[in-house]
This record gives sequence, C-alpha cells and structure tokens, in this order.
Amino acid sequence: MAQASHGWRRLFQAGWFRPLIFLVLLGLSWDLAIRLFHIPAYQVPTPADVVATLWSDGPNLLAQAVPTTSATVQGFLLSALFGIPMAMLIVSSRTVEAYVYPLLVFSQSIPKIAIAPLFVVWFGFGMMPKVLSAFLLGFFPVVVSAVQGFKSVEPDMLDLARAMEANRWQIFRMVRLPHAMPAIFSGLKVSVTLAVVGAVVGEFVGSNSGLGFVLQRSIGNFELPTMFAALVVLSLIGVFLFWILDVIERLAIPWHASQRQEFVVGV
Amino acid sequence: MSATVIQMKQDLRAASPEAARPVIEIDGVSKTYRTHDGDVPSLRPIDFNIADGEFVVIVGPSGCGKTTLLKMIAGLMPPSTGEIRVEGRAIVKPHGDVGIVFQTAMLLPWRSVMRNVMMPVEVKKLPRERFEPRARELLKLVGLEGFENKYPWQLSGGMQQRASICRALVHDPKIVLMDEPFGALDAMTRERMNVELQRIQRETRKTVLLITHSIPEAVFLADRILVMSERPGTIAAVYDVPLTKPRTLDVLADPKFVELSQTIRRHFNATADGS
Repeated sequence: MAQASHGWRRLFQAGWFRPLIFLVLLGLSWDLAIRLFHIPAYQVPTPADVVATLWSDGPNLLAQAVPTTSATVQGFLLSALFGIPMAMLIVSSRTVEAYVYPLLVFSQSIPKIAIAPLFVVWFGFGMMPKVLSAFLLGFFPVVVSAVQGFKSVEPDMLDLARAMEANRWQIFRMVRLPHAMPAIFSGLKVSVTLAVVGAVVGEFVGSNSGLGFVLQRSIGNFELPTMFAALVVLSLIGVFLFWILDVIERLAIPWHASQRQEFVVGV
Repeated sequence: MSATVIQMKQDLRAASPEAARPVIEIDGVSKTYRTHDGDVPSLRPIDFNIADGEFVVIVGPSGCGKTTLLKMIAGLMPPSTGEIRVEGRAIVKPHGDVGIVFQTAMLLPWRSVMRNVMMPVEVKKLPRERFEPRARELLKLVGLEGFENKYPWQLSGGMQQRASICRALVHDPKIVLMDEPFGALDAMTRERMNVELQRIQRETRKTVLLITHSIPEAVFLADRILVMSERPGTIAAVYDVPLTKPRTLDVLADPKFVELSQTIRRHFNATADGS
C-alpha cells in the first residue's frame, strides 16, 4: 500500500505528468464549452471528434508529417550553421557589427509570410521554399542569443587569458565559445520551434505535401477535425525536436547551472 | 603634503635597491583614459621599484588607479607616459612572467580544478608532463589535494580563490599580481587566506604585488606598503613593515603593527576627521 502511494507520488512529480493533467483539464473544458454554448461542429469540433480523426487519419497525418519535419530540421540546421558563425563575425569585428547587425534586426520586421511566395516563384513547389522559410524564421534567434553569449564574457576573464599570452583563437576556443554555449542552446531551442512555423508557412503558400498543406486543404473543405488533428501532430513535432535539443544540451554542457541538479545526481 | 611625497621618494631610493636589479621598475608611469567626455586622468606619474622576492602591497581608496597600474604591469594596457620594465625588458604587451589573481576566482566553470590550474600551461603550449606534477604540488600546497577533478561550483569561495592562486603560479612566473584577492571572502576566511598566502609566497619565493583596501591585510602581508592617494592616484607614502617574517595572526596585537596601521589609516581619514 505504502509502495503504491509512493509510486503515485513519483508519477505525480514526473516532469511530463502535470502538463498532461492540465491538458486533460483543458480538453474537458473545451468539451464543456461546446456543450454549454451550443457551438456548431463546423466552427469548433469536439475533442472526441479530433481524437477519432487522429486515430482514423493517423497514418496519413504521419506520412504528411515527414516532409514538414524534414523541412523544419533542414531549415533549423541551416539556421545553426549560418547563425553561429554570423554571431562570431559580428562579435569579432566592430565593422561587421556596425554594418550587418542593424540590418539583421531591421530584416526581422519584414513579415516572413509575405516573402514566402517569392521562394515559390524562385524555387518551385518542392522542398526548397519550405526549408528557406524555416531557415528565415529560425536564423534570427540563433544569431541574437549567440552574440549575447559571446559578448557576456567577464572582462576580467578576458584580461586573465590575455595575460597568459593567449591569442584570439585560443581565447575564442577556451573562453568565449564554451561561455556562449548556454546562450546558444537557448537560441537554438527558440529557433527549432520557430522553424516548425516557418516550414508550415512554406507549405501554406506553395506545396502539395506536408502538414501545412493538410491544414489548408482541410480548412478549405471545412474538415475541422482533420485540421485540429494536424495541429496536434504539428505541436508534437515541435515538442519532440525541442526535447531532442534539450537532451543534446545536457550532454554538451553538463557544467551549466541550469543542468547542475541532474549532473550531481548523475555523477 | 608635497613635502611627504618628496621625502617618500627619497625613502624609496634608499630602501629598494639592495638587490642587484629590481624585478619591476616603474619609471614615470601615468595613465589617462581617453573617453567621449574628454581625458580622464587615472594615475599621476609614479616611480617605484620592486626587488626580487619582495612582497609589496598597495593600499588606496577606490578608483585611485591601483588596478590600472596592475594591468599596465601585466602588459594589458600601455601607460600614457613613462615605462615599465620587468627584469630590464620594457613591457608593451602581455608577457609570460606574470600570474594574476583577481577579486573573484574567475575559474572556468566547464573545467575541473586541475584543468583550470593547467590553463596557462595549455595556452603557452608548455610540456604537460613537466607541469602537471607541479600543478598537483601547488594544489597540495594550498590544501586542495583530492579536489583536482572537482568543478569550481563544487568548491567554497575560499577554495576557488586558492585554486586561482595555483593557476597564477603554475607556469612559474617571476611575479604574481593580486587585485584584492580576498575582497570577496568573509573576514575569517580572509585571515586564514592571509596566513596561507604568506606561507605560499615564502615557499615559492615569488615577487608579489598585491592591491587591497584592508589596512590590516596590507600590514600583515607586506615587506613594503605603498599608500596611494585619491584619483588621479599617485604614491602618497611608502612604509617598510618593521615586523619579522613569518608572521602569525598574533602579530595583529603587536604594538608595531597597531602603530603602522594607525599611521596608514590617517592617510585616508585626514580629510574626514580634519586631524
């Protein structure tokens, strides 16, 4: 008996359990709201309908999730691949910072959705426009947080390294880069969730596959349960990619304060 | 006031050059920072020498240019006028002959204690086999034996600062520069660290230049004390400490200790009390 209650307590303390309870509560109130306010099914489907669609349409949704995930991951990898070196350039040269950084910030005020059709004009209906659109959304947070990470090294630490006669590359490798890792990872986490949005936007404007395409088609046909089911799958992709990054972060920077609890237990 | 300065300079010349050649020579060095609001003088021209193996402590109010002076000796910034020589060589850029200890330990959190201590060896590409035993010995000397593989955040503030002292010593520099090394520690740890630093300096025979706000710390550790004036700073007085080494904490009650502390304190309180 005591063992059972202990098991319950552990389950209750697990990181995923409480959000799950909250989710169930949200689902229940959603259902309740539909019943109370007599919302017609063509406006908001019931949770049960969505679950049923998830079940019946699951294989198809999963198949459509593949191109979306692929575009997201490719766009995200491009963001990291270009974003981190771009941040290095900005930090290492005042000139680059003066010329590039303000423009980069300015470019963020351009609505990406407005540019996405242009990619279709340029690259057709394939994978490319989606990847570019995911990259465009994911790039900025990586640059901003990496710049902030590289810059936030304490001046005394830099003086110490310089007094050891460390050259710029050594200072970068031994001090700046490891110091920036936590900030870079938080940028990557924001970036990966935005890359999902970017990929879907790419699919909205010109694609005949992927969850974005499913979303648009189901809205056109008033298949709201399908649309909601596609949304659920989309958010699962986001959560899953975020979780992978979280695991990589734990492995890559076990020393970081936000990871310490697990690290001490792990050792 | 100007009379004491002149007298002190004469004192200086009389006191320092027993050794063949001073390790650090500061010759008419001043520093003026150029900012958008115009030039800000930080340090008025100063001269002094430090002999080999000497323990010199600088005391002075905040912002009197002590840290500036220390950074110039390390070669981290050039003086506006004058010249600094270490072992006869003019200092224009960072050089290998210094170890630095700052107020906070500045250990890299992703490196173990051992790898933090070994950082200068790694940067200078010195032979690891030769210096690792030395690093172990230093860690033992400061009482950190067995903590080699711990990470900085697993150590107390005092232990972290001891590790950073090892890092300053590992590449066997001629001089060790310390900028308020115990300023962030509690009073009891600080006293204990003072005793330990004295022992470490005696065992390693390093030339030490230490900056502090604490007059007892200065008198306890120093062979010679330089008192600096308010910004823009300059040397207001120089005192030889008439207490034999090694000193224990009992020396804090010694009449000579008390008297010298009082004398030094008067430099800073003169304007406040009007005495």
